[in-house]
Amino acid sequence: MNREGRAFRYGDNIDTDVIIPARYLNTSEHKELASHCMEDIDKDFVKNVKEGDIIVGGKNFGCGSSREHAPIAIKASGISCVIAATFARIFFRNSINIGLPILECPEASREIQSGDVVSVDISTGTIVDKTTGKEYKAEPFPPFMQKLIEAGGLAEYIKENY
Amino acid sequence: MPMTMTEKILAAAAGEKEVHPGQLIMANLDMVLGNDITSPVAIKEFPKFGKKNVFDKDRIALVPDHFTPNKDIKAAEQCACVRAFAKSESIKNYFEVGQAGVEHALLPEQGLVTAGDVIIGADSHTCTYGAVGAFSTGVGSTDMAAGMAIGKAWFKVPQTILFRLHGSFRPYVTGKDLILHIIGMIGVDGALYEAMEFAGEGVSSLSMDDRFTVSNMAVEAGAKNGIFPVDDKTLAYLKESGAKEPRIYQSDPDAVYDRIIDIDLGSIVPTVSYPHLPENTHPASDGAGIKIDQVVIGSCTNGRLSDLRAAASILKGRKVADGVRCIVIPATQKIWKEAMHEGLFDIFIDSGCVVSTPTCGPCLGGYMGILAKGERCVSTTNRNFVGRMGHTESEVYLASPYTAAASAVKGFIAAPEAL
Repeated sequence: MNREGRAFRYGDNIDTDVIIPARYLNTSEHKELASHCMEDIDKDFVKNVKEGDIIVGGKNFGCGSSREHAPIAIKASGISCVIAATFARIFFRNSINIGLPILECPEASREIQSGDVVSVDISTGTIVDKTTGKEYKAEPFPPFMQKLIEAGGLAEYIKENY
Repeated sequence: MPMTMTEKILAAAAGEKEVHPGQLIMANLDMVLGNDITSPVAIKEFPKFGKKNVFDKDRIALVPDHFTPNKDIKAAEQCACVRAFAKSESIKNYFEVGQAGVEHALLPEQGLVTAGDVIIGADSHTCTYGAVGAFSTGVGSTDMAAGMAIGKAWFKVPQTILFRLHGSFRPYVTGKDLILHIIGMIGVDGALYEAMEFAGEGVSSLSMDDRFTVSNMAVEAGAKNGIFPVDDKTLAYLKESGAKEPRIYQSDPDAVYDRIIDIDLGSIVPTVSYPHLPENTHPASDGAGIKIDQVVIGSCTNGRLSDLRAAASILKGRKVADGVRCIVIPATQKIWKEAMHEGLFDIFIDSGCVVSTPTCGPCLGGYMGILAKGERCVSTTNRNFVGRMGHTESEVYLASPYTAAASAVKGFIAAPEAL
């Protein structure tokens, strides 16, 4: 599962209120949510993001509200993977549950710059910054989460197993 | 193997003799909760799980509280979606406007949560019910849908940080000041993926409302849950609320903790979190230079009766400062009625406050108190992120009801004891 795109870099503690502000939570339409993704910290994100691009966050990415609208908005905006030093726990499980690829890798989170072209192999956790040539290795997911991801999300996993 | 109370509850719910931190488990759920923002997404997902009906119509709670009474047409459509689902699935605990309230004040009040329960809610502040000795945590809408379909959720058993509380609070210091103090100390990711357990002889001095406030904001330190031991106060509260029989789990004396932090309750002062993170804590007494435009007293964190009493004790015989709007929001209908009968509304209205019907409204920038560019609000809510209560250039300062009321009177951030 290879993905490649340009990096959009943000800082620590990117909360779900800035990923998708609550004033837009009166809908759950994916494309509509995506049209406001990140606008409170980066009003040009929606204009600039292209299919396959990658978000690089610092620590505690996705903290705050449990709104699944946040990973939904990111996924529907075309982002193919989020790399961060750490993820807030609800965002972490929401992403896995809806099939938004995420990788925890403090070194990559520190070093990848905005605009770098980055390729990611989700199954091995290998991250390559093609602009700098540097390769990183994210912690692989435990087998249970791999199964969830391979099934295509929680709904499919439960349908198959319960 | 010795275990913490969180580990014991999770082990029982997973049908295991013991569990250890890091272990992935499937746990049986006692309650699955959703609101008007998160339930519509879950309801849309529900058919994908391949189950004809929900696992148990009595163990699901649907509480439209965020944008209700409906703030606009889209919000009304979302509530209609939740209402229709509740009807078609015969969900017993669906709370219509008129019975509803802010979910995390409502569920304990209605006796829907008890000690030893495992509860998930598609709302991050579901960790509130740790106050009654439950394992309770926030999840997203897909987890909620899965919970409704099969009555189970997957968890990674968390490590636990133990907070040993000693002594008792000084006057005007509350559970809100304690949890802000802790978040200021360990940071907004200080308990990431972990359980926060509160113990020590100081626990007995905390009221149930204080404990709800503390557990409520565990998520603001990144925690999975924030749990209190069950004592006489808990049992009395559960009995009064009509909750089902508590299952009491106690941490073993030799349970293994990731960290142990000792806190002297007597050393804590009225505390305020400055923008834009709950960890930016300062003593309220340092805020005199910070002029404010609005005060909000309410929410799942601080909209309970004792919170309203605290605010009223400050506002009695005083006036809200010129140029300040003070919005009081009792969290549930029961709290509203009790506050009214106690005469608290007379105090609020005479001092120049407005009293709203129960809603989460302004806390998340929904409605009923949105901030304009450059405005500042002292709020008893739980988050002060960029744009949380309105314009991205507005500011939210988190505080206790005492401090919020004192600030409303002064027109700037003020410690309650200074009045």
